[in-house]
Amino acid sequence: MEKSDSRLGFLSALPLGLVLVLSFLAPLLVIALFAVMPQKVFSLANTPDFSSFAVILSQGYYKSLLWSLGMAAVSTVMLFLICWPLAYGMAKVFNRFTLILTIAVVMTLFVSENIRLFGWVLTLMKGGLFEGYFRYFFGFGYDSPLYNVPVIIFGLVYVYFPFMLFPLAQGISMVPDDARQAAADLGASRWRILWEIDLPLAAPGIVVGSLLSFVLAAGAVAESKILGGQVVIAISDDIETAFTFGQNWPLGAALSLILIMIIGGLAIYGVSRVDLDAIMGRKR
Amino acid sequence: MTPDPILRLDGIVKRFGNFTALHGIDLDITEGEFLTIVGPSGSGKSTLIRLLVGMDEVTSGSIRLRGQEVQDTPANQRPTCMVFQSLALFPHMSVGQNIEFPLKIQGVTVSERKARALELLEMLRLPVSYYDKRITQCSGGEKQRVALARALAFDPEILFFDEPLSALDYRLRKTLEKELKDLHNRTGKTFVYITHSLEEAMVMSDRIAIMNEGRFVQIAVADEIYGAPVSRFVAEFMGEVNLFEVRGAQTTGLMAQDLQIHVNGNAADMGLGLDPGQVGTLMVRPEYVRFLPPGETADFIISGVMHADYALGSRIQYEVKVADGRLLTVEKLREDRFTGAPGDKVMLGFDAESAHLIHEGADGKI
Repeated sequence: MEKSDSRLGFLSALPLGLVLVLSFLAPLLVIALFAVMPQKVFSLANTPDFSSFAVILSQGYYKSLLWSLGMAAVSTVMLFLICWPLAYGMAKVFNRFTLILTIAVVMTLFVSENIRLFGWVLTLMKGGLFEGYFRYFFGFGYDSPLYNVPVIIFGLVYVYFPFMLFPLAQGISMVPDDARQAAADLGASRWRILWEIDLPLAAPGIVVGSLLSFVLAAGAVAESKILGGQVVIAISDDIETAFTFGQNWPLGAALSLILIMIIGGLAIYGVSRVDLDAIMGRKR
Repeated sequence: MTPDPILRLDGIVKRFGNFTALHGIDLDITEGEFLTIVGPSGSGKSTLIRLLVGMDEVTSGSIRLRGQEVQDTPANQRPTCMVFQSLALFPHMSVGQNIEFPLKIQGVTVSERKARALELLEMLRLPVSYYDKRITQCSGGEKQRVALARALAFDPEILFFDEPLSALDYRLRKTLEKELKDLHNRTGKTFVYITHSLEEAMVMSDRIAIMNEGRFVQIAVADEIYGAPVSRFVAEFMGEVNLFEVRGAQTTGLMAQDLQIHVNGNAADMGLGLDPGQVGTLMVRPEYVRFLPPGETADFIISGVMHADYALGSRIQYEVKVADGRLLTVEKLREDRFTGAPGDKVMLGFDAESAHLIHEGADGKI
């Protein structure tokens, strides 16, 4: 009986399993294959050929990769610092206000990211909402804060805010109140409680939130294009160019492969360190 | 002369909005005693203990620990600690890390910490190999012991317990009650324990404080609370009891209000008298009520009809219907069991020395 059950289970999972393999693994394989083709040709003749990777090193493509990863890392840390108090409030303090806050944050997701970013451009640019009114009232203006790295990071923090906030709030809500009280009762200060109790017990939420924000920010392109005016080039920008204007699919594939490996490695490492079942509410 | 109390509560009042949870609590706790605060849920005992450990603030009144006022000191700066009802163990830490937590906070070195943790494991009869065990893999009783070890590692002046045994099954609870009492003897620490279970209180405590509706009703040793309760509430709270509403009478000393109790002599001479017109409650525990065979007599005699019997393990409980229709409870050891059947007429008797007079009528008025 049990054997036939598991057999039935396997058989019923098979179609979807095949779809997943085809739609998820196959493109990855194609990318991997392209990455080891010679430059600018569609031929299997001289495969494997690692010239794409040489180009990445020699022509400075690695700089885009480092910029993207660096800005993603900085924005993730900033997001964590900004979201922790708010998420704490949502999970433990605000009660009904949490719902209002949740709706407000989710609402922003209803508007396309690009439109929201252009909104910021109109707000921040010289002669825009802020500077225009400033000049109207004070008679002199100031340079636009747009088109630099900090404003790109601001954009990343702004756009990926919900992806840090909600997992963090979920993680913090898993910290039992009595554990915090017991720690205080045993002499721990607020900071010790944060360090010894809150952070470790909210770890699944922290990991999920950080991974989401980091992965999304590392692959982001709109912020550096729209807010940053391409003062630095994001890796995704390079990949897009290689596949489109550049018509250099092997280069694009090699860049993608590197990005996928870095992000995939991080994700697997992060997820393996925490109990994701806990945040889904199954165990414990 | 009695020694200075380790903890003195003076007029503790706690209000939540319009609701007053505690109405002026006064209490002295002696160093080294095992005091249990018992009360039904909602009596204010949990509120009180949260004030005592510093998790809530008093509305008014003072708490003095060895003469020092501590009511405004936060929990993490008070030298007391509590074993939680939920135990509140840290799920992300091993057994050893849990026990060492207070020592880590105090800045004790790693090796010293470990030595102390192993000592405590041994003291609580947990295998030393449990040091590295995950909390989530421990059984209920083991968790209980870890929570105790962690509290003892803190080396508190007073150890508070908030119904820590209530989630355990009966047998384990019985074992741990005795272990806790034993631990109290071995450590010599002051234990303050709250529970709604009279049995727990009776087994472990030196003194019991009965709480109801935000006030202490009676504070005394277990025997006194059981045998000589000050009010009907305490009498009924402390287990099965037969209560008779009585009134002072000329010749017999007292007279039952609603049913016929034959008094053999004068109750006043037996120390159970009331002034004529005064009301009170006569109390007798079920184990002191006897079935009187023909020819045998007792100080107080009531006739009734056997209604039902229930086996309680070592004892058997009987319900006897008496004149006003109510059921009286009698408990006998198996060897003294009643041999008749339900429906039989029986004579019940009890003696003055096993009865107790509460100077309070059925409506709670004195």
